[in-house]
Amino acid sequence: MTTRLIGASVPRSEDRRILDGAGVFIDDIEPAGCLHVAMVRSTCANGRIRRVDATPARAAPGVVAVYTADDLGELGRRNLPLLIPNPALTEPRTQFLLAFEYVHFVGEAVAMVVAESRYAAEDAAGLVEVDYTEFPAVVGPLNAFHSKERAHVDMNTNVAAHFVQEHGDTEAAFEGATRVLEREFMVERSAATPIECRGVVAIPEQTGQLLVYDSSQAPSTIRAGLSTYLGVAEHEVEVVAPDVGGGFGVKLPVFYPEEILVPWAARRLGAPVKFVEDRSEHFVASNHERAQWHRVKVGYEEDGRICGLVDEFIHDAGAYCPYGIIIPIVTASRLPGPYKIPAYGSEMHVVYTNTVPVTPYRGAGMPQGAFVMERVIDLIARDLGVDRAEVRRRNFIAPDEFPYVVGLMDEDGTTTTYDSGDYPRGFEKLLESIGHAGFPAEQAAALAEGRRIGIGFGCYVEGTGCGPYEGARIHVETTGKVFVSTGIATQGQSHCTILSQIVADVLGVALDDVVVKTGDTRQFKWATGTFASRIAVVAGSAVAEAALLVKEKAAEIAARIFEASTADVAFEDGDVFVKGSPDVRIPLRQVAVLANPLRYAFSSEALAATQFVGDGERAKAPPPSEVAPGLEATAYASPEFATFASGAHAAVVEVDVETGAVRILRYSVVHDCGRMINPAVVEGQVHGGTAQGIGGALYERICYDEEGQLKNANFMDFLVPYASEIPEICVEHTETPSPLNPLGVKGVGEAGCISAAPAVIGAIEDALGVEITSSPLSPEMVAGLAAGSAGGEAAGSFAARGGVGQSRGETDGA
Amino acid sequence: MIPAAFDYIRATSADEAIAALAEHGDDAKLLAGGHSLLPLMRFRLARPAVVVDIGRLNDLKYIRDEGDHVAIGALTRHRDVETSEVVAAKVGLLGEVTSHVGDPQVRHRGTIGGAVAHGDPASDIPSALIALGAVLVAAGPSGSREISVDDFFAGFLETALSPEEVLTEVRIPATDGAWGFEKFNRRAQDWAIVGCSAAVRADAGVGVALVNMHPTPIRAGATEAALAGGAGAAQAAEVAAEGCDPTEDLNASVEYRQHLARVLTRRALEAAGL
Repeated sequence: MTTRLIGASVPRSEDRRILDGAGVFIDDIEPAGCLHVAMVRSTCANGRIRRVDATPARAAPGVVAVYTADDLGELGRRNLPLLIPNPALTEPRTQFLLAFEYVHFVGEAVAMVVAESRYAAEDAAGLVEVDYTEFPAVVGPLNAFHSKERAHVDMNTNVAAHFVQEHGDTEAAFEGATRVLEREFMVERSAATPIECRGVVAIPEQTGQLLVYDSSQAPSTIRAGLSTYLGVAEHEVEVVAPDVGGGFGVKLPVFYPEEILVPWAARRLGAPVKFVEDRSEHFVASNHERAQWHRVKVGYEEDGRICGLVDEFIHDAGAYCPYGIIIPIVTASRLPGPYKIPAYGSEMHVVYTNTVPVTPYRGAGMPQGAFVMERVIDLIARDLGVDRAEVRRRNFIAPDEFPYVVGLMDEDGTTTTYDSGDYPRGFEKLLESIGHAGFPAEQAAALAEGRRIGIGFGCYVEGTGCGPYEGARIHVETTGKVFVSTGIATQGQSHCTILSQIVADVLGVALDDVVVKTGDTRQFKWATGTFASRIAVVAGSAVAEAALLVKEKAAEIAARIFEASTADVAFEDGDVFVKGSPDVRIPLRQVAVLANPLRYAFSSEALAATQFVGDGERAKAPPPSEVAPGLEATAYASPEFATFASGAHAAVVEVDVETGAVRILRYSVVHDCGRMINPAVVEGQVHGGTAQGIGGALYERICYDEEGQLKNANFMDFLVPYASEIPEICVEHTETPSPLNPLGVKGVGEAGCISAAPAVIGAIEDALGVEITSSPLSPEMVAGLAAGSAGGEAAGSFAARGGVGQSRGETDGA
Repeated sequence: MIPAAFDYIRATSADEAIAALAEHGDDAKLLAGGHSLLPLMRFRLARPAVVVDIGRLNDLKYIRDEGDHVAIGALTRHRDVETSEVVAAKVGLLGEVTSHVGDPQVRHRGTIGGAVAHGDPASDIPSALIALGAVLVAAGPSGSREISVDDFFAGFLETALSPEEVLTEVRIPATDGAWGFEKFNRRAQDWAIVGCSAAVRADAGVGVALVNMHPTPIRAGATEAALAGGAGAAQAAEVAAEGCDPTEDLNASVEYRQHLARVLTRRALEAAGL
């Protein structure tokens, strides 16, 4: 086998099983006697609970139990964890499993009905009466910052955190700058909306153990947390993430109330209990992200070089902040992107609103930072009359300036430092791909036909592969199968494929012989979780290391058999042999047998490993006692620093100035995630992320009214783009290896969605010759902008709704 | 998202459906393709005590060329209308409009009768029927009657059908005149934010109707009058929104809808060669 598997676009190993319908998703798990849960959710955005009457619901047919906060005892008085505290987070608030005194958003769990079927549970949930004393709702980040009303009435502010950081001397930078520009920007609230909603099934086993299936991105963390919340020993709880239909961060939070309540109820009732969220619930009970308001001051030279930038922003945390202030920290540290900003200041205000809590969604603060930064670059170009690509070129960090210290705190608490990159090279490749050089002529020709087209760019740097660690165990079975188990959970990202490639590459076995098991604490207990584009980097490094350890062990055993040096043992096509003598080989599975000296002969392979067979040569002697039996090894990777992927998007759009419709004519991405394990998988990740990013630019907007009611909690009104709305995306690559891990890889999971909005919106801006400072844009807004740019003739009053940098309407609450 | 409890009756004939409706009155709902009723039931916005399933009334599934008009049975699926040669030859606008309803899965389930009887102003099909001057046939306990499409839509999700009547047939006057259809939505499968159907009828008059511009599907009367008075497409389209009372929603303000009505009407008229 001379072909390397790392770097090859092999087909996904996951697909066959899923496409055959053999996948096991949470709703497929239905143990005998399973009870079903329906939650009673708050219909009030901000209020005190006067009374919860569960009596009629308890008497309803098929109902087994109805629990309110008072039925939970001590557990009901314990807040969900504040997962990542920060000294700047002076007013942390997390929710209770069931609200017992106050509610802070529509959708907050108030009671839980357990019944013999979901039908009975849902009918009974409608019978639970809850009376509220309602307080005015606080909605929208700007509104929350300025309002006298309080999202939490026990607080005298809506500000949860205030954090000021500076790298370099911004005051001096502005004094020295020849030009200064100030703008306000708004990015509205959105949601990840994976195709499968959340779910959990808890099964109390006869052994006394509790087996929990949870569609979580971090099952090992769920296990650790469950044991503390339920007061049971860790070894009595096992958590498995089955097949999961998309995560995008929304299945990461530890915990959603149901993840504790369902196991709790299963133990209490002595029966399996199942909760599967429906789509209506998902919109109000699974977390959101994105809403931020920014005000930027930037100083720059006549040639477009930035000397200093200060960004003050308000981040909408929703009703609670279980993830601390991670998202705004990421926004702040990643906002400069690929640009060299000698003096950078950031001031964040994190505010509570009476809306669904905010936790990371694919990109996790990065799309907002990129939107602001890329708009700033375009504004500088516009001000100077210089080509927008040229202003980018003049500000890129040069390839010889790595490691490059950005300076602000990163999400893992370290000082943000880019490990490697070549931003100019990727950008030039992008310009060629999208046809930048010929675009002015193309635009002029279109205009002559009455068509308005424009081009836009979005560059980004993506923090990936942060610690603390991941691990893996690799076991070469006597069947020849190589079983890999790792604690990370997978939601469709092709993790099993790429991890198999690494193992097959190191051990010289067929890809089909590698089996990867993820997210099952019965198999592997130790893990951090799936987030921050970290699996290829961290789990990939652990898997590579474990494979090398297995190889070493196999080489030692083989060396004894061949009476050769371990350094001379070669691995190929599932066999081992001595270099130079490829005709004398033994299968790796036989080495696995020899690694486990046996007393009992139950097969021909095992017979060869028993003590009285053959001539008693030393090869069959047991390995030294410090070597564990079995051809197996476990390894961990604990990167000290994150690695930084990068890339750039470009879009060419056509705008129908009468209707405001935007059609994407061309779309290109150049992406650099270091060394690629599987280019097809990388492209798939970029495609999916870009589709989500285009959704964020033109379609997806979570819309609350002033009373804190979510107005588009369904797929008819929350517009996720279909394949029909997504253009063909041309993806090209550059490969700048990371120096931080042996494989040289960087993450890619979030890349696509970070810079789609600036590219698309920049293109609309270019097509219309107007300035746009908010995202997403609806056709009505585009039509208004077009009418405004044309002198405001036909547009009438809807032109004002174009909302250029204005706080408009519901979600921003002004 | 589970419907409230209901009783289910499967009708094996139109008469049986009418009898069931007569017995249960307002508590009953007819189920045809289910693409309007079932979502409402899942959200518990509709809670009929009785669902009368007429989905298997195969004698109401037909498309007939009746010479001066095309007769379409109420349970004919959108997909069959969309691909019908009779429809294409004699009422081409309806075939085109039907091809814009939802997505292929929806068009294989949804029925023309269901789309009309639901009375949804955002539905595309009524606009074609208004523009083409269709007649709707309803059957009830006391026999059959014809209802002009202009008298059919009574209010938001309300029609001239009485609680015990079943819509059985749609009759559309044949025309070989040109036509145009414009639908503006944000995603390919979405309901129209605004739409416009325009058709040159056999009598050389021009029918124009709007989607989602009023509590009911609505005829663009002012535009038709302007055209009859000799106005060109652009001029006639300027008055398209007159007499309309559109609502505001997350996709569009009232003013934007009025603007779209003017733009789309002009484009539809131009497509119809006017």
